[in-house]
Amino acid sequence: MVEGARPVTGASPAPDAAGLGRARATGFLVPAMVLILVFLVVPAAWTIYLGVTNYRLTGLAAAHPEVVGLDNYTRALGDERFRTSLLLTLQFVLGSAVIGQAGLGFAIAFALRDRRGPLRRVVEGFVLLSWILPSSVVAFLWIALLDRDAGTLNALLGIPGTAWLLDHPMLSIIVFNTWRGTAFSMMLYAAALENVPRSHLETARLAGASTWQQLRDVVFPRIRGHVLTNLLLISLWTFNDFAPFLITAGGPEQRSEILPVYVYKVALSGGELGFGAAISFVMLLINLVIALVYLRMLGRRKESA
Amino acid sequence: MSAITMRELTKVYPGGVRALDALDLEIADGEFFALLGPSGCGKTTLLRTIAGLEVASAGSVRIGGRDVTNLPPGKRDVAMVFQDYALFPHMTVRDNIAYPLRIKKVDRRSRGSKAADTADELGLSGLLERRPGQLSGGQQQRVALARAMACHPQVFLLDEPLSNLDARLRLEARTFLKRLQRELGVTTVFVTHDQAEALALADRIAVMEGGRIRQVGTPTEVFRRPANTFVAGFIGSTPMNLIDARVHGDELAVAGARLPLPDGAPGQVSDGERLVYGIRPEYLDYSPTAVPGALTGEVVVVENLGSVSLVSLDVPGDHAGASDEAGAGDDSGAGRTSVQVVVPEGGEPEPGDTGWAVPRPGRSLLYRDGNLVTAAAGVPAPRADATVRS
Repeated sequence: MVEGARPVTGASPAPDAAGLGRARATGFLVPAMVLILVFLVVPAAWTIYLGVTNYRLTGLAAAHPEVVGLDNYTRALGDERFRTSLLLTLQFVLGSAVIGQAGLGFAIAFALRDRRGPLRRVVEGFVLLSWILPSSVVAFLWIALLDRDAGTLNALLGIPGTAWLLDHPMLSIIVFNTWRGTAFSMMLYAAALENVPRSHLETARLAGASTWQQLRDVVFPRIRGHVLTNLLLISLWTFNDFAPFLITAGGPEQRSEILPVYVYKVALSGGELGFGAAISFVMLLINLVIALVYLRMLGRRKESA
Repeated sequence: MSAITMRELTKVYPGGVRALDALDLEIADGEFFALLGPSGCGKTTLLRTIAGLEVASAGSVRIGGRDVTNLPPGKRDVAMVFQDYALFPHMTVRDNIAYPLRIKKVDRRSRGSKAADTADELGLSGLLERRPGQLSGGQQQRVALARAMACHPQVFLLDEPLSNLDARLRLEARTFLKRLQRELGVTTVFVTHDQAEALALADRIAVMEGGRIRQVGTPTEVFRRPANTFVAGFIGSTPMNLIDARVHGDELAVAGARLPLPDGAPGQVSDGERLVYGIRPEYLDYSPTAVPGALTGEVVVVENLGSVSLVSLDVPGDHAGASDEAGAGDDSGAGRTSVQVVVPEGGEPEPGDTGWAVPRPGRSLLYRDGNLVTAAAGVPAPRADATVRS
């Protein structure tokens, strides 16, 4: 064997597969690292810092914030308004993301799975449209739809004077967010369903399986990873979604005040930046927990496969 | 009793593709039946229509005397093994085999033992707790067969059962499949594009082309007496020699030679008529010296096939396909064509030699407009409804 051409032996692959050398490889990494540091790590650290101060938007504490330790956190956890808001957020995530977007998205994708041509394109087109429109436009459309006096919905149903946004604020924003975000789930599930071999579904059909049994025994086991990924993403997006503020502004009487809206009101309208930062950090932790739960389920799936 | 009867069965896909064209076919109870043809001939559509996975556009399908034309697949009492086996990757072998029983609400204990029994029969007993991904191709196929067997259907449908196996395993699986079918005695229909597979496995074969059946018969009938030139060209590992010929009294002018009329031909043909002469390379005997009643020409190619060689002779005349529209020209022998002969080992000629090929008696055929002229001597003409059991 020629000396010098000795292959690298052992379990680990060659550490420098691209042949860049340590210095140049670092050079390639630095810009990305700097961006992440400046726009992600520093603000996050700043938020954590603010969370332990009494920093305010205006007034004495704006000039000279004092460190107050965990006061903000104990105050938040003891605050009835925070706990209500957390509960509303969970309703919002469960109702509009897990049940609404994922459920409806899957239903549409499954119903259209064998269809080609105009029907499919029209449905997909409309669903996608609700996904790509800017939030402000969409909010205006929904206010116009749900308005008490001149709303389209009341006109269609022939029940003028029904104040949807006042009587059912949570239901309104849940339906709104379902409508808005279904496109993503639909597209993801449509792609996932392509991975289910026809012959598997047909084997189940020949055995006499109903549609529900086919879903349970053939489709879901096959697309479980897609389902978890989808739920992870839409749960996090929905948890942090601020668009409902544009429709109900958290009202009436804070009955649709989900956490992002609550933080906004406390920190920017109320000026309590320190307290707002503390709640933001709590949200970050909740997001982390959600992500970890899903990732664990994904990991378990890989082991069992 | 689970014979399958198809009447006027038609399948037109949206877009106008006519995959099955008013097809009539009867498959006898317990028969091992092959649907054979090139891709796009409708054989898979026919199988799927029997299964109920495709809905017939017209006509009827009866299984065991029961009209199933409009029944969903789950109510037809058929089981199908797909080309990719369609084993559920998240279930163990046991659960896969027991799946149809689970759908039929058989309780866990009895479906478990039923699955184990079926697996035993197919030599899968040690593999019950494995996942399909941990099995070899041949084992996966047997699991798929076991799943089909577990619920005792009236009919087995196999889609290209051997095509996903490598060459050596395929032979093994072929023998296994034939034996299993014989033991179970369940009506079995399989689809294949491989004529050797169809000849080896089936009790009877339907050769299909363009949504129609071109011939139904036993492997022997289909091999020895193809009903038309399509079947003649499709069946056999080396295609049949098809050469333009002309009747001269009680003799036939073929490729510059005079041959006696094949058995059964006298009386069926008229003097001077132009026909196509067909003879399989296996039914020609090669001779290095001149013999009467033989096709003769120069040896151009010698292909070694193992125990035999395939020798191509360059002879005067037209290949049958080449002169379809040139029927008006009387002068045959203007072109050149080749005749292929199977020569046993030891007797191979060298390229450049002159050779003679003698047709074996009773093995040559005549085709008029692509259809067989010579009425069979001793062998009944193949009929669609003839059921032959071995």
